[in-house]
Amino acid sequence: MSLGSVPLKYKVTIDREQCMHCMRCIDNCSYGVYHKEDDRIIIDSRKCTACHHCISMCPRDAISLKERPVDYRSHPLWTAEAREDIINQARTGKIILAGMGNAKPYPVIFDRLVLDACQVTNPSIDPLREPMELRTYLGKKPSRLEIDKKDNGDIELKTKLTPNLKLETPIMIGHMSYGAISLNAQLSLAKAVEKTGTFMGTGEGGLHEAIYPYQKNMIVQVASGRFGVDINYLERGAAIEIKIGQGAKPGIGGHLPGEKVCQDVSCTRMIPLGSDAISPAPHHDIYSIEDLAQLVRSLKEATEWKKPVFVKIAAVHNAAAISAGIARSSADAVVIDGFRGGSGATPKVFRDNVGIPIEAAVASVDQKLKDQGIRNKISVIASGGIRNSADIAKSIALGADAVYIGTGALIAMGCRVCGQCYRGMCPWGIATQRPDLVERLDPEVESEHVANLIRSWTLELSELMGAAGINSIESLRSNRSRLRGYMLDEGTLDVLQVKPVGA
Amino acid sequence: MEKVEIDAKGMHYTPLNEMIREAVRNGAKEIILDNVIGQRFIADGLKADVTIRINGVAGGDLGMFMNGPTCIVNGNCDHAPGNTMDGGTIVIHGSAGDAAAHSMRGGKLFVKNNIGYRGGIHMKQYEEERKPVLVVGGSSHAFLGEYMAGGLILVLGIGQEDPAKDRGIGSGIHGGMIVIRGEVKDELLGVGARKAEFGEKELEMITPYVEEFCKYFDTEPSGLLDMNYTCIVPASTRPFAGKYTWE
Repeated sequence: MSLGSVPLKYKVTIDREQCMHCMRCIDNCSYGVYHKEDDRIIIDSRKCTACHHCISMCPRDAISLKERPVDYRSHPLWTAEAREDIINQARTGKIILAGMGNAKPYPVIFDRLVLDACQVTNPSIDPLREPMELRTYLGKKPSRLEIDKKDNGDIELKTKLTPNLKLETPIMIGHMSYGAISLNAQLSLAKAVEKTGTFMGTGEGGLHEAIYPYQKNMIVQVASGRFGVDINYLERGAAIEIKIGQGAKPGIGGHLPGEKVCQDVSCTRMIPLGSDAISPAPHHDIYSIEDLAQLVRSLKEATEWKKPVFVKIAAVHNAAAISAGIARSSADAVVIDGFRGGSGATPKVFRDNVGIPIEAAVASVDQKLKDQGIRNKISVIASGGIRNSADIAKSIALGADAVYIGTGALIAMGCRVCGQCYRGMCPWGIATQRPDLVERLDPEVESEHVANLIRSWTLELSELMGAAGINSIESLRSNRSRLRGYMLDEGTLDVLQVKPVGA
Repeated sequence: MEKVEIDAKGMHYTPLNEMIREAVRNGAKEIILDNVIGQRFIADGLKADVTIRINGVAGGDLGMFMNGPTCIVNGNCDHAPGNTMDGGTIVIHGSAGDAAAHSMRGGKLFVKNNIGYRGGIHMKQYEEERKPVLVVGGSSHAFLGEYMAGGLILVLGIGQEDPAKDRGIGSGIHGGMIVIRGEVKDELLGVGARKAEFGEKELEMITPYVEEFCKYFDTEPSGLLDMNYTCIVPASTRPFAGKYTWE
């Protein structure tokens, strides 16, 4: 007996009265939902991923889409998704692959934190007429400054400062590799960070020649696969990031399927054409915090101690202790990637079930570093599920120096979070290497969209800071008195070190 | 300035590397490091046409990210010599620790005696001109050539009864070739690795590296240039292609 097929996920319909038969839906759908039979457009809803490209390109707004048009017998435990996953795995015997971030309805802690605002006794600041300082320096800060006073009255700084990364806004774009996303998508992000005075990560896919003009805004990544890593790559980056873990898949490595390793990706990663690009879970020269320190120092030694080195870990329950180790490893920043962080491809069971929320991880990391008296030795970067400027302000108030955004930047370029990135057919030209799809994305236009997003969130941050009576981002950092928890349990409030509303 | 001598006694690796870079900038073609005792990262990221003679025991990550130099170690070497090396040659007149030639993507590493675990792990290759080569005179330990994506690992087993007696050879290998002197038991092969015929073509391929090894260590190649080798290659360039299904 066959298991049969599961019901389709989405139902696409065309309003035939509205439709002008322009056939743009056929041209636009890379998944093959539409085809033409005689003069009629035929719809195969089963192929639909809800990417919305057809809807956004339809000149008559004739296309409608509904999620899950077929009901199952309702059951609180055996949801439709649970049943369909079992059918899928019973049929294939394989691991279910997924894209984007955690898709389970866990409560969002950010949404249960509220920011404070000044009223009478400590007046708020008007960002329209008062300067607001959002410039952020990432890297080690000295415990104290030693100054030498000369006889002629001049003063000289005796303390040797460690190289820091200078950001005009505490918002950066996280690592999305060339291979996982298209070159045009990377170019758009690169142009956007140059326009806004911030930085982006290359991901573990190396640095394509087309990105060289933006290398001063690039954080180059070294993952266990060491793709595209050579001394020139390290020297090009403004900073270097060692990727240990990723929020969407803590504890496992990365894997770019051979289908996406086209000629250009093969050249940039320096691997054979069409072969799988495998980044295993561990770095095979790191089995302890001492080994990690050795990799950090080897990267600094290779680049003559001129560049900050970051270490990225997934948010897991012992992230605080690990970060304290990282702070002692010569690293300049630790990136904590929360369990809502995105991914081009990850086993669904990891995406939806492994890791902890970024809010709790950042707060516990910040607290541990402060408790040990080493908070100045390292910067903290929060990433994974940052959706708006309020999330950024809350992240910083919980202890982050800056944030990485990922999915938000993709949405600014058109992404509709359909979660099919691993199939390489992204109709928006983002998570694909198919030339006809890549060329749909215009780096000039999309870089402006991404830059606008960063600008608008930066403006909102200024307003939020001003309302809280703060004129410098440094005064917001780890300033948990500006936060209150609403409908959060006592245990979570304790981890966050945040008081409940009304307290 | 053709030749520079540096006494590394008691010296931290950073000033040592600074002195090496300074010598290279001043045109040194040969640098001799005396009294090396465990300094890490020697020649880390160094881009130059220079020969560095290391008298003593080199510490971890010798020649990491290096591109161009020749490092000759008159002694043993700690872990991961040639780590993510891009180009150049490392010759070790002794043994090396774990993860020798880790992620090496070009250049050659010759070890006179033995290496530890995970030798040649993640070695990768981009087209024919960037082919990394690891040649081990003695034996290797477990997970030799794990996740190997390109290049050549050659284990000669000189003076060894069993040059590769540990398990996991070529686990996850999806490119390149591992050649081991003598027979290798099937149960020692990792997932994704398979034995292939060692024929005249393969012998021709390894001959220049055997000869180069013998030149460095003053050994006679004739006893090594025969068909007594086992060749291990990937079962597929896509080892995990069948592991996943769509959401």
